[in-house]
Amino acid sequence: MSLSTIWVHAEIGGDKPSSISLELITKARELAGTVEVFYAGENADAVAAELGKYGVSKMYTVDTQGNLQGVAVASALAAKIQGGTAPDLMMFGTTYDGRDVMGRLSVALDRPVLTNASAIEVDGDDVKVTEAIFGGTQLVTTAFRCEPPHLAAFRPKSFTAEPGGETTCAVEALDVPDAGQAVVVQRHAEERTGPVLDEAPIVVSGGRGLGDAEKYSMIEELAKLLKGAPGASRAIVDAGWVPYSYQVGQTGKVVKPDIYIACGISGATQHMVGMKGSKNIIAINKDREAPIFSIADLGIVGDVHKVLPALIDALKNR
Amino acid sequence: MNVVVCVKQIPDPAVPGQLDPETHFLKREGKLILDDSDAYGVEMALQLATAAGGGDVTLVSMAPNSETGGLRTALAMGAAKAILVSDDSLKGSDALSTAKVLAAAIKRAEPDLVITATEATDGYTGTVPEQIAAVLGLPSITFAKKIEVTDGKVKVERQTEAGFDEVEAPLPAVVSVTAGVVEPRYPSFKGIMAAKSKPVDTLSVADLGLDGQVGAAAARQEIVSVVPAEERQAGEIVEDDGEGFQKVIAFLEKQKVI
Repeated sequence: MSLSTIWVHAEIGGDKPSSISLELITKARELAGTVEVFYAGENADAVAAELGKYGVSKMYTVDTQGNLQGVAVASALAAKIQGGTAPDLMMFGTTYDGRDVMGRLSVALDRPVLTNASAIEVDGDDVKVTEAIFGGTQLVTTAFRCEPPHLAAFRPKSFTAEPGGETTCAVEALDVPDAGQAVVVQRHAEERTGPVLDEAPIVVSGGRGLGDAEKYSMIEELAKLLKGAPGASRAIVDAGWVPYSYQVGQTGKVVKPDIYIACGISGATQHMVGMKGSKNIIAINKDREAPIFSIADLGIVGDVHKVLPALIDALKNR
Repeated sequence: MNVVVCVKQIPDPAVPGQLDPETHFLKREGKLILDDSDAYGVEMALQLATAAGGGDVTLVSMAPNSETGGLRTALAMGAAKAILVSDDSLKGSDALSTAKVLAAAIKRAEPDLVITATEATDGYTGTVPEQIAAVLGLPSITFAKKIEVTDGKVKVERQTEAGFDEVEAPLPAVVSVTAGVVEPRYPSFKGIMAAKSKPVDTLSVADLGLDGQVGAAAARQEIVSVVPAEERQAGEIVEDDGEGFQKVIAFLEKQKVI
């Protein structure tokens, strides 16, 4: 049995629908006859046209009136749902705004949430989602035991995005009973040249083994040479060497690149859960007993301060 | 300015976690410690209270067995007092239940500002801060890297995918802080001694008027299976003899990325 209608939280990355949104929409198409989205960003018509290629038949837009999405989007959706138009399931990305909207909506609708999911299954009337826990060693499947709509948030790269079911995506603006009081005064885009961390085909991450904050520049340089993205373990994010947005792990980003290079990272379960889905893993660490070597396809037992400069030089000279 | 900081007391993350085989709830029986993620919130609250010219920092926590191990650490850092909700009926609480309990306890402290981490290290649902704000009907700003309070407003630099946003909200408000944004102080000896006699107000679910509305009784999700994930095998491991980088180059060539 499949679901009737799924609503997906659509977001943009740059000026296009974000990868996670397209992944969720693709999965939703498999689970339900009707896939619709809600969206609080700019250029709704252009985004809707793009989403039509992925089988989205309707976009509900929400004007946040310059506020953060949480209150505005949740109040608009709750009003629509209480007015009688309700989906069976709402899918969110595990993103900053996704979690805000989901948290607010959970209270407005009095529904539980399931987050960090990497799989979903519809089995009769049961909607079940699966998440990895304890450093990705165990898979826990949880079923909703309440009336729909169900609220579930998924990790990026849980599904593969593919266009399909092409249709015309209608745009409907929702009433916004409460836009909230958290005003976005100014947006700042940080200069970034390479790909986004959780979409990059190659990720180079640094950890405590780098010794000090300045040495992180080696990670950035190697990532740039390989046209990848730099990442970090929680230890060096907690130490303030790099911002939270760089963090790969259970708290932070889950990445599944073709190649993951862990430099000076011992491999705490907290970190491993965020990268063990990578196709290939290379680890460089001076401690032969470091847990990271147990999942590495290639492990170099050595000093990152020697191996990385040599590697960077060799790549530059090619 | 009165600030409430939500703190979680968790099993030592260095020890492998376990689920109860009967209920599938996370085992939280042993000694609990302050979640590292919360040390940043405690430090931030102490700094903001000082900058505002004074006021109390109150901790709010929910934990089994009237556990105060983690609370004492945060009290030793400088928090004035704590409210602890401890009740057997809260075993198996989901994120929404947790938020309802914390919100009811927070209300008692009448804070100007509520600070939380972005997610706990053990459960990491990541929605509780926003759910608390929604239950309390307060504005919220999540994923803060910097917080300033002036003229009855909280001004925050909020992490985004592209960089950060400057966001403002009127007080009282709920703000979640990302790790690494401040340097948590180490408790001094004096602080540790003082923490032993700081007040910890322990409340039950009934005290909060939430009987039957929270905990396992109110859970509307059920774990239906727990299975081991597929294990990844180790590959080739080599000692660096000065030429280890060549192995990496060869690997990258084989994968056709260079």
